[in-house]
Amino acid sequence: MAMPEVIEFIAQYATEIDAPVRTKTAAVSVERLDDGYRVMTDGGAIECRRLVIATGACNVPVVPRVRDGLPSSLSSMTPFDYRNPDDLPDGGVLVVGASATGVQLADEIHRSGRPVVLSVGEHVRLPRTYRGHDVLWWMDASGVWNERYDQIDDLTRARSLPSPQLVGTPEHSTLDLNVLQDNGVELVGRLSTVRDGRALFSGGLRNQFALADLKMNRLLGTFDEWAEATAVEASPVERFDPTRAPKSPRLSLDLGSGEIRTVVWATGFRPDYSWLDVDVVDRKGRLEHDGGVVASPGMYVIGLPVLRRRKSTFIHGAEDDAREIVDHLARSLS
Amino acid sequence: MTEAAVNNGVNVAALLEAREVLRGAPEAAQFKWRASCKWQNGTHSKTTIRNFFGLGQEQSHKSEFHFEADHPEIFASEDLGATPVELVLAGLASCLTAGVAAVAQNRGIQLRSVQAELEGSMDIQGILGIDGDVRNGYDDIKVTFKIDADASQADIEALVAQSQKRSAVYDIITNPTDVAVDVQKV
Repeated sequence: MAMPEVIEFIAQYATEIDAPVRTKTAAVSVERLDDGYRVMTDGGAIECRRLVIATGACNVPVVPRVRDGLPSSLSSMTPFDYRNPDDLPDGGVLVVGASATGVQLADEIHRSGRPVVLSVGEHVRLPRTYRGHDVLWWMDASGVWNERYDQIDDLTRARSLPSPQLVGTPEHSTLDLNVLQDNGVELVGRLSTVRDGRALFSGGLRNQFALADLKMNRLLGTFDEWAEATAVEASPVERFDPTRAPKSPRLSLDLGSGEIRTVVWATGFRPDYSWLDVDVVDRKGRLEHDGGVVASPGMYVIGLPVLRRRKSTFIHGAEDDAREIVDHLARSLS
Repeated sequence: MTEAAVNNGVNVAALLEAREVLRGAPEAAQFKWRASCKWQNGTHSKTTIRNFFGLGQEQSHKSEFHFEADHPEIFASEDLGATPVELVLAGLASCLTAGVAAVAQNRGIQLRSVQAELEGSMDIQGILGIDGDVRNGYDDIKVTFKIDADASQADIEALVAQSQKRSAVYDIITNPTDVAVDVQKV
């Protein structure tokens, strides 16, 4: 679905459920009452016995502290500030972060004629299509996406995985680090620090590639096993070229030389709970919950990574979560 | 469980338990590692390692360890120990190797042999001050692991990749570290 279709889908949804939707109304604070919560909005207070938080996981861009060391001559922006490459000054761009946002911005900015250096840390590599099907079809059909949160070994890690390097285009093309290098994007390691006006990059780039390639192949192997067991119709097994390591990736870059004019921070997002005056956020800023049942009576959350399943953050994936959370909520009221 | 049969000599259960305990007590996870180095003569020095701090208190190794360092005879030294840059390779090798064993144990992979060969390339025009554009340290380090284990090539590659991901020395070498050097006249 393209953006207008998603908007249309959600608008239709609102009509379908016929709930009182208050548009253009910001929730300013939430406080605990004896039996429920008071939500202050910029359109007045709402009191409720049960509360479902559905504000998402990507409210605020995360920018590492090394940003403070950038020379003031550089323009610096987050994906929230970015609209299109024409907003950027002419000249080179350092894109920090190579997950879904970073690879797409690196590609788009490079196509605008600006030289791009992409700083690559931990990332999740996926082909757009595999054996004739979209990779998300495989995730869904093979059951990977349905894996439940209480069956995952390291849930903390699963919940903090970077978004896979996927782009949605009419051509269903794959946008991985090999494609970006073919197009002329320069890869460097994870940005470690900025010292005396120089960006210093980790020398661990090859291992980032190795980890991502190994994990991708393991996932494709899971798909293959499932395909064989279920005799599903698919084209032959494929394996993709390993990510090519640049011969000698640069370990430092002089940010004052004029080579780079803009730094774009594609370093992830975090939820914002500053409006939540209830003690349910841990020291790392995460909401304390068990499968969406928040550690405060009558409070729920939906739409966070691996809330109850690997697919929890997808529109279609949240459906099963919603059913179970609503069941819990309804039982608690009866 | 097949894991029970695997024995690489690593007590993974204890490590995992420590991880859980420290998750709830981050202050106990603050360690200080120490080395004490005494100049002998020429480029020869002797480093002693005994005490460290961790789990909220002073700790000691079971015994004192000594590391001698010197330069080879082609640098007009007496060659009474490995060069410091070779000791860096030793640190990297032993850290990655320990990681391979621990990860293998955790993943239920029996190791039969693990051999690492390391080579660091260096242009010594840097340390000799011949060319200011040449760095003092290694230009690159190449590590080759030869591993015999009950696992596929992909699983063995994953062991080594995970070991790098969790290695302190790998991190120290691949990322900058802030170093403060104080001097006292005695």
